[in-house]
Amino acid sequence: MLIKKRRASDVLPSEITPESIYRDRRRFLRTSALAAAGSLLAPGWSLAKPMEALEPLGELPASEFSTDTPANTYEEITTYNNFYEFGSGKEDPMRLAPGRLEHRPWTVTVSGEAENTGEYGFDDFMRGLTVEERIYRLRCVEAWSMVIPWAGVPLAEVIRRARPTSRAKYVKFYTRYDPQVFPAQAARGMGFLASIDWPYTEGLRMDEAMNPLTLLATGLYGKEMPSQNGAPIRLVVPWKYGFKSIKSVVRIHFQETEPEATWNQLAPHEYGFYANVNPNVDHPRWSQARERRIGEFFKQDTLMFNGYQEEVAHLYAGMDLSKHY
Amino acid sequence: MRGGQSVMGAATLARTPSPAGLRALRVGLFAVAGLPAMMLVVGLVQGELGVNPVETLLDTTGIWALRFLLATLAVTPIRWLTGAVWVVRLRRQVGLWAFFYASCHFAVFAVFDHGLALAPMIEDIAKRPFILVGMSGLLLMLPLALTSTRGWIRRLGKRWRQLHWLVYPAAVLGLVHFFWLIRANRWTEPLIYAALLAIFLGWRAWRRRGVALRDG
Repeated sequence: MLIKKRRASDVLPSEITPESIYRDRRRFLRTSALAAAGSLLAPGWSLAKPMEALEPLGELPASEFSTDTPANTYEEITTYNNFYEFGSGKEDPMRLAPGRLEHRPWTVTVSGEAENTGEYGFDDFMRGLTVEERIYRLRCVEAWSMVIPWAGVPLAEVIRRARPTSRAKYVKFYTRYDPQVFPAQAARGMGFLASIDWPYTEGLRMDEAMNPLTLLATGLYGKEMPSQNGAPIRLVVPWKYGFKSIKSVVRIHFQETEPEATWNQLAPHEYGFYANVNPNVDHPRWSQARERRIGEFFKQDTLMFNGYQEEVAHLYAGMDLSKHY
Repeated sequence: MRGGQSVMGAATLARTPSPAGLRALRVGLFAVAGLPAMMLVVGLVQGELGVNPVETLLDTTGIWALRFLLATLAVTPIRWLTGAVWVVRLRRQVGLWAFFYASCHFAVFAVFDHGLALAPMIEDIAKRPFILVGMSGLLLMLPLALTSTRGWIRRLGKRWRQLHWLVYPAAVLGLVHFFWLIRANRWTEPLIYAALLAIFLGWRAWRRRGVALRDG
């Protein structure tokens, strides 16, 4: 059973940022010669890029789990992405993903230790599920953060529908594998430089997956998911570092053993399987005590479980989080 | 001086420009080398440094510090390969630009990551090997920048050369600092710099050996 708790700091649906403010976009992407030259000289300078045409999702019910912290702008959320399938630069996904990553047809396979397994077209997969808005904090392992108004469905509902067996202790997720779409998947195999073993996979313990905060997101800012943010469907686990929130999911697999997770496999001493946001356990190379909220110049303190301790701390009772980082 | 033997036989390049020409070259170098800094300032004012401007400031200043550091090390090999002895006369400015960008890099870290709070900053530097390594590189460059004036060159005499040998460890530390930050597959740029550094240092070692064999 799901226990929904409302914290004093949580926002009422009526307090959620109105759409007019959503659309008040900062116009920093300009096609100027300066910006073009700048991208050569300074890595962060952006070249203008036409926006993807994305369908609005209609009226979305608000959620008691949404934060009242002002959300980042649409530009911020869609031009600064880690989506290594398109390259390791923050602007590679916005340059390369729109147009390459077709959102339909899209098949999601449910497999493994469950009664209702099968392959579903995107619309079939979403049938009967109510997409709601969830304004969540997102904390990247690289010590920056954003506030993002996702649209999505609780993963728990998808899991209930799949009727996992008693042997389903974990859920494993797979990003789509298609080197035609994702340039970095095609450029594999360079000896010691070979980095990621595609496809990207991630995993959650069953109780983490069933937590009411865990979301399968299909959009943001009231519209379909932009390609660079992991269209058409992605995971959002707001109390874990961003890399757990796997993008462009094509497979949800129930299994008994702890799943292989991409970053965890790549550098186990740097990225744990749990990867809970924890200001007290530093990354070996940098501190996790503070973070830079995108849009701000100075850093702020990072909160335990990214501020979701009331909802999730009980999942890790008795665990040594410096060992299970 | 042992200079002058031109491997490439680039006669025009080897000819020392007139004082006016040299001055023009210095002014041109100043304008070009200062361009990244100017663009950062303009970008910051106009809000065009991307979504994470602090990261852009940090990355750009760091990269240019390394590039100029490598450029100073390229001066001697270029001089020997082309016979253009005069390039040495641009080296001080190149080195000072390396120091300038490295200092800006540190300033961005001190101001925006730590709000100039000294105690947490020292703790961060001590705790993070990659910051310690970068910081050491910058500290090694400090005496070089301070003694780059004509007066100090004269005053220190032979010891000036010995002191300025520190540019090698500074470059190595800067490069290690860069490598240490890499996540997954962003190896191209640091590898290019490492190859250049290896060439510049290797060339010197090889030449010194040759000289030792010939002279010794």
